[in-house]
Amino acid sequence: MHAPVPASIAAAGPAPRYGWLRHLRHVVTGNPVTGVAFALFLLLVIAALFGPWLVPYDPLATNAAAALQPPSAAHWFGTDQLGRDVLSRVVVATRLDLAISVAAVALAFVAGSVIGGLAGFYGGWIDRVAGRCLDTIMAFPLFVLAMGIVAAAGNTVENIVYATALINLPFYARMVRAEVNVRREAGFVQAARLSGNGGLRILAFHLFPNALPPLMIQVSLNMGWAILNAAGLSFIGLGVRPPTPEWGIMVAEGANFIVSGEWWLALFPGAALMLAVFTFNLLGDGLRDLVDPQRRT
Amino acid sequence: MTVPPKVRLAGRRLLQAVPALLGIIIITFLLTRALPGDPAVYFAGPAADAASIAEIRHRLGLDRSLPEQFLTYVGDLATGNLGTSISTGQPVLQEIITRLPASLELTLAALLIAVGVAVPLGVLAATRPDGWVDHACRFVVTAGVSLPTFFTGLALVYVFYYLAGWAPAPMGRLDIISLPPEHVTGFYLIDALLAGDVAVARSVLAHLALPALTLALFTLAPIARMTRAAMLQALGSEFIRTARAAGLSRRRILIVYALRNALLPVVTTLGMVFSFALGANVLVEKVFAWPGIGSYAVEALVVSDYAAVQGFVLTMALLFVLLNLVIDLTYTLIDPRLGLEE
Amino acid sequence: MMNRRDVLRGVSAATLGAGVLPFLKALPAAAAAGDTLVVVTGTTINSLDLHRTGTNRPSYQVAVNCYDRLLTFGTKTMPDGTLAYDYDTLKPELAESWEVAPDGMSVVFHLRANATFWDGTPVTAEDVKWSLDRAVTVGGFPTTQMQAGGLTEPGQFEAVDDKTVRIRFHRPSKLTLPDLAVPVPFIINSKVARANATADDPWAMEYLHRNPAGSGAFRVERWDPGQQLVYVRNDGWTGGPLPGVKRVIIREIPSQATRRALVERGDIHLSYDIPAKDARELAAGGKVPVVGTPVENCLNVLCPNLSFEPFRDKRVRQAIAWAIPYEDIFRNAGYGRGAPMWGGAASSDSIAWPQPSPYTTDYDKAKALLSETAFAGGFEVPLSFDLGTAEWGEPTALLIQEGLAKIGIRTTIDKIPGANWRTVALVEKKLPLHLENFGGWLNTPDYYFYWAYVKGNLFNSSNYDDDEMMKLVDETLHMRMDDPAYAPKIRRMITKAFDDVPRIPLWQPSFEVAMRPDVAGYQFWFHRVPDVRTLGFRQA
Repeated sequence: MHAPVPASIAAAGPAPRYGWLRHLRHVVTGNPVTGVAFALFLLLVIAALFGPWLVPYDPLATNAAAALQPPSAAHWFGTDQLGRDVLSRVVVATRLDLAISVAAVALAFVAGSVIGGLAGFYGGWIDRVAGRCLDTIMAFPLFVLAMGIVAAAGNTVENIVYATALINLPFYARMVRAEVNVRREAGFVQAARLSGNGGLRILAFHLFPNALPPLMIQVSLNMGWAILNAAGLSFIGLGVRPPTPEWGIMVAEGANFIVSGEWWLALFPGAALMLAVFTFNLLGDGLRDLVDPQRRT
Repeated sequence: MTVPPKVRLAGRRLLQAVPALLGIIIITFLLTRALPGDPAVYFAGPAADAASIAEIRHRLGLDRSLPEQFLTYVGDLATGNLGTSISTGQPVLQEIITRLPASLELTLAALLIAVGVAVPLGVLAATRPDGWVDHACRFVVTAGVSLPTFFTGLALVYVFYYLAGWAPAPMGRLDIISLPPEHVTGFYLIDALLAGDVAVARSVLAHLALPALTLALFTLAPIARMTRAAMLQALGSEFIRTARAAGLSRRRILIVYALRNALLPVVTTLGMVFSFALGANVLVEKVFAWPGIGSYAVEALVVSDYAAVQGFVLTMALLFVLLNLVIDLTYTLIDPRLGLEE
Repeated sequence: MMNRRDVLRGVSAATLGAGVLPFLKALPAAAAAGDTLVVVTGTTINSLDLHRTGTNRPSYQVAVNCYDRLLTFGTKTMPDGTLAYDYDTLKPELAESWEVAPDGMSVVFHLRANATFWDGTPVTAEDVKWSLDRAVTVGGFPTTQMQAGGLTEPGQFEAVDDKTVRIRFHRPSKLTLPDLAVPVPFIINSKVARANATADDPWAMEYLHRNPAGSGAFRVERWDPGQQLVYVRNDGWTGGPLPGVKRVIIREIPSQATRRALVERGDIHLSYDIPAKDARELAAGGKVPVVGTPVENCLNVLCPNLSFEPFRDKRVRQAIAWAIPYEDIFRNAGYGRGAPMWGGAASSDSIAWPQPSPYTTDYDKAKALLSETAFAGGFEVPLSFDLGTAEWGEPTALLIQEGLAKIGIRTTIDKIPGANWRTVALVEKKLPLHLENFGGWLNTPDYYFYWAYVKGNLFNSSNYDDDEMMKLVDETLHMRMDDPAYAPKIRRMITKAFDDVPRIPLWQPSFEVAMRPDVAGYQFWFHRVPDVRTLGFRQA
């Protein structure tokens, strides 16, 4: 069920490997913003993978004597109210934040695609039941639904991921359903059917790839939302539990220090968060260009 | 047989919403019951003993079985009784009636700002795809959506109120010493203008500015992106090429043909953004002490105030259903073909 | 800096000016700016009736400002020149005078002859009896609080004549009279209340929830739940000196940062209950006066729960008490406000409470103690705190986590939302290790020990169960403080509390209020809700 992405990319060009790479180069050089996004993405991945070995201080170690120090040569991003190094915390938080957003979006993407695909392809009662369930979720005020889930199930990382995935799921499901439904009687589907392909196979390899371009926009927006959602939960006290460094909770807690002049507490994690959301959004556009070449030019 | 198609459409839409509403009632009920903590203990207050907690549990009806509680709840709903919020001590219905206009006023103001900025940006970006305008536009709207609203809000308060002193104190919808205008619509700005009270209207506007801006920044991106995408699609389509070939002016092609056709997805997005913004309100309201339903819901959830949470979610769901209906009807206005189908 | 502030002041005056016109239209008599005082708090008032089920703490201020009690407490000047209530002096409020019977089993109150309710009717002994009956009957918090003073049933209250009330005691207790001066036994206009009572609601809970009917210094002019409460002065008040301002607006501002900005900018007059960090910084800035008062009979403590295995061993609890970085906690979580409660004398003669424990930060001692136990290798335990007190709870928990890690005790931190906190921490008492901050309203050591060290009582969240302690509390709770037997027993209680350490004292918190320089008359109260009756403006 997790095969669709490479399959669709393969379907995009006649000579898969070579064409894909060349196209990537074309996209990156042709669009400077996407190039920047790819570079930023690489930076984030490096921080996520190697962060703990790169940082100058232990992100959890307090130092009561050096609390609330403004940025300096020793602490580039300053220190927080317990004297912890903000730079180290910001860098180390990358892994958790990326993990939360990627996991939440992947979960929503996969589950949404399956539900939407089945509903769109088979129609009938499957479609009706799925549609009603999705309507129900959509009619909830989403942030409050996420709040409720996390409050009821406990504020652990897993629950934040599940809640975020659940509130994003309908968007994917609806898009896939619409795309699949429109094309299920199309000529190329009939042709595939005649050449002996089973229903699920047609759905996965012939119909689903058509839904990818709009899904990509959705993914790009959602990656950012997932992090922001976690940040919002932190702001009302339902975020990741301390002392784990996480951008959202750092911004949320730091926000209270803005008025008293300790701007670095919120600014740097905020900047990191913004950078990540930014990167995801721009990257999404780039990916769309990759997947859907004919929309370019 | 004389029922006009649009009325039929509206009726069908409303009917379709019934299962979703039922689902919401059930899910919300279960979700609130799954919240940790015992409201009876919380509301028994400090120094309460086991007997007084049991007594309060009985008074709140929490000592009965879940199905029983649910039946009571549904029965109350049927008579329009949403229960009493324990944390504010007011009937939930009245609470929502007084607070909803505040949230709507804020959200609509934000959306107005967002549309005013995002649609022209999107159109501009679509006319020169991949040009510097496009990139700059993408940059700006993405930056807006990349920051948590509470952070943007507090930063705006810090700069425009604390440092510069241009904005009024972030203490809700009005100055402390002004009285709210006479209630007509519940939207203070409109009510103040109706009452001819320019001073109050100015105060309302001043208080609305920062929170609306905060929310608008957050909603720019989806609108601008969708406008751009829809415009690109429209500009690339057959009929525009035909129009170009026919030698129509650039401006005319852009506004009359392309934009009109691009409006459809933009309006859909707008509906989604509206409901989304109404939810995102929650945090903005908290920062600006805005007496809306969002801040009410957060507080209620934190203290496991069942009736208030249920009432809030139900109201939002109804609002959402109505909103979708309005969008569907708008569709038929923008795109005459739709209304005649089926 | 001074210049910028002055300019800002001018701007805010202009902003205010824009709103004066409609204000005049609606409230003609009170246009003078010096007549209205604006107080901000972060909490919501959810009822105007303290006796109602579910009334939250911030709402108690209505009972304080709009109603009178028979008695009130006096005022004392603190060492730093600020004012606080004085537990040791009782003053008349509705009662003009009172005499305790020679046998000590009852007291007679004489009501003020000229005391009237807002509707002009005189306050009678009937009203007093009805109100006290209500407090002991309605259940929940008010009834429990009345019980603490030995007031348990309506039969104890008797209206002797129109202006005389007798209260009978089950046993003489030093807590009875002070308990009549706390916010709970407030006197209601029983004629109005009865007129609005129903068969289902004999105590008019529904009516008084929204419509106070009292004789107090202020009336409620307007209540927008979740937004503001507006008090207007009752010019006919006889319970004390007439308040200095005509109108007080209590405005609810949930964002702490916003509240700070408001008071710093001078757009409001007084910010109630500010965080320790803001208190320290504003006080250091010197432009916004800050009054901090150590909260009497209150301690921030770490509670190891004796129901859980490692903490059954006294030496484990002591080891923990030696492994806490007190100094760092006081500086980084308490911001140096309040009073340190560690490093006291090994054996103290004082019966003052709270007083510093003999513990300090000594990891070697802690390790040595732990190695004597079955848990020499350390263990793992969750460390919980109330989300509502995260302001100090979170940094404190993090620093404790670090300290305990040094002796091999690994902790995971659990933030528990307010609704759940009371249930799991205080009622079910099932948090193994947690932070707690109980403060007793009645300021005697035995009262604190009664709530926090007696098995089954609400704030004994450590499940401490000790026969000697129970007996000591039982003997001292109602005993007069000048009884020669009192001091030795209290000393024994304190020694035991420090040796058994079911609650490890961290520091005594301070209650902080920031105000504009022109505000006068602020006074600290044990109930920690704003008493606006003494507030006014400094004369130029």
